[in-house]
Amino acid sequence: MIRDITIGQYYQTDSPLHKMDPRVKLVGTMLYIVSLFLFSKAAPYMLAVLFLAAVIKVSKVPFGFMVRGLKTIVYLLLITAGFNLFLTQGEVIVKFWIFTITKEGLKNAIFIAVRLVLLIIGSSLMTLTTTPNQLTDGMEKLLHPLQKLKVPVHEISMMMSIALRFIPILLEETDKIMKAQMARGADFESGNLFKKIKAMVPLLVPLFISAFRRANDLAMAMEARCYHGGEGRTKMKPLQYQKRDRIAYLVLVLYLIAIVALGKLLPF
Amino acid sequence: MNIIEAKKVLFEYIRRDEEGNVEGITTAVDNVDLQIKQGDFVAILGHNGSGKSTLAKHFNAILYPGEGTVWVDGMDTQTEENILPIRKEAGMVFQNPDNQIIGQIVEEDVGFGPENLGVETAQIWERVEESLKAVGMYEFRKKSPNKLSGGQKQRVSIAGVLAMHPKCIVLDEPTAMLDPNGRKEVIRAVRALNDVEGITVILITHYMEEVIHADRVFVMDKGRIEIEGTPREVFSQVEKLKALRLSVPEVTLLAYELKKAGLQLPDGILSAQELVEELKKLR
Repeated sequence: MIRDITIGQYYQTDSPLHKMDPRVKLVGTMLYIVSLFLFSKAAPYMLAVLFLAAVIKVSKVPFGFMVRGLKTIVYLLLITAGFNLFLTQGEVIVKFWIFTITKEGLKNAIFIAVRLVLLIIGSSLMTLTTTPNQLTDGMEKLLHPLQKLKVPVHEISMMMSIALRFIPILLEETDKIMKAQMARGADFESGNLFKKIKAMVPLLVPLFISAFRRANDLAMAMEARCYHGGEGRTKMKPLQYQKRDRIAYLVLVLYLIAIVALGKLLPF
Repeated sequence: MNIIEAKKVLFEYIRRDEEGNVEGITTAVDNVDLQIKQGDFVAILGHNGSGKSTLAKHFNAILYPGEGTVWVDGMDTQTEENILPIRKEAGMVFQNPDNQIIGQIVEEDVGFGPENLGVETAQIWERVEESLKAVGMYEFRKKSPNKLSGGQKQRVSIAGVLAMHPKCIVLDEPTAMLDPNGRKEVIRAVRALNDVEGITVILITHYMEEVIHADRVFVMDKGRIEIEGTPREVFSQVEKLKALRLSVPEVTLLAYELKKAGLQLPDGILSAQELVEELKKLR
């Protein structure tokens, strides 16, 4: 299950999208998500699908990889689509037992399903083509103006990148503790949900203790290497917009204009 | 010129109960005087709880002496504005390789120190390259630290310190969590830094084999420096080391036992080669 989540995973290959500045991808993803919610008509969605398909093509990430990411949200998708399908008032098409399907409900259900699928694929495309480190770098740079409002932008992005670095280490540690507990007769698999949750306690306590110890060590190691916050810090890999990034912004703007035009001008 | 000088240094850990009352005081470093010359390879030995790690943390201004003074390159560690320059001059490598690597790619981790110092981007790349080459990890620069072995991670940590261009590196039991191969790798890298780059090395350890090549050895027990001298001088005092719950290198022990059995051997033999030479003379 955990292995199926493609959001937050990085797919290594060489493509224009991988080389792109993370800021472009962050802004692009955000605008794309907004564009999905602008209209509830068929034509803009067609354009959104085409646009995403083109970007996926450019990214060189296999399509199967993205679909795998959808597996985890299948239930969410079915529930939301189901609610829309059965609970929307309007012109009745089918009626059986306590369920009624209306024309508006059918339309809503399809739109919401398409919207969710595009949203998930769109955002996982960003994480698939951007390393976590680039992402936090991009976020730091984008949010930099907030520093004036005393928002600790540098600290937040440092925290995020450290958290990302420690995920595999802590996963490995969980596995080790689990095996150690199992060797002493702990049972993580049988019993109902409550029993399983209760069985997690002897797993979480040592995990937390060790995480705190690690945090303490890491803080000391960072201080020993002269870390003193973001002030006066230079960057090893500073972000600079290239020609391809400007082109990408241009494409993005064109896409937005096109989708607004389609939504406003076409009746369907 | 002394790179590190400690005078009458005292450090106490104070244990408190839940109400904050003092339950007990452990003196971790007790009245230590020591001088370390620029360019030396110095080893500090001691069993667990002898205060050697606590003392080491004084050299990097992570801990401050309760009494007494520590100078690093002439700078008092207690003065607030000296802290960053001191940490730049005296880099520190810790025991657990996983808990001191910050970057998600080897080269990014090595660049962390120079970034903090505000070094120009182009120069950071130069420093990262030369540091990784110095410890023999250059071909791993694009790898994730999670995919490296313990010895390789420690070499990356050393490169990370090296990139800050320190005069002195303090290694706090860098090999304690490594397998024998990893230990050899790390010690080889450390010795190369001392020989080739002339960086002062302070190696804290409880492995006797690692201190044989040191210029000077300090042996600590209960927060005090009990023995001080060259490896040969220190290892000739086998009985005293045993009393401090430290073992001597196997060859030294063998030579010591042979001598006790009546053979005419000098004190403090450190290598198998040396023992063979001495035994040949006896024929």
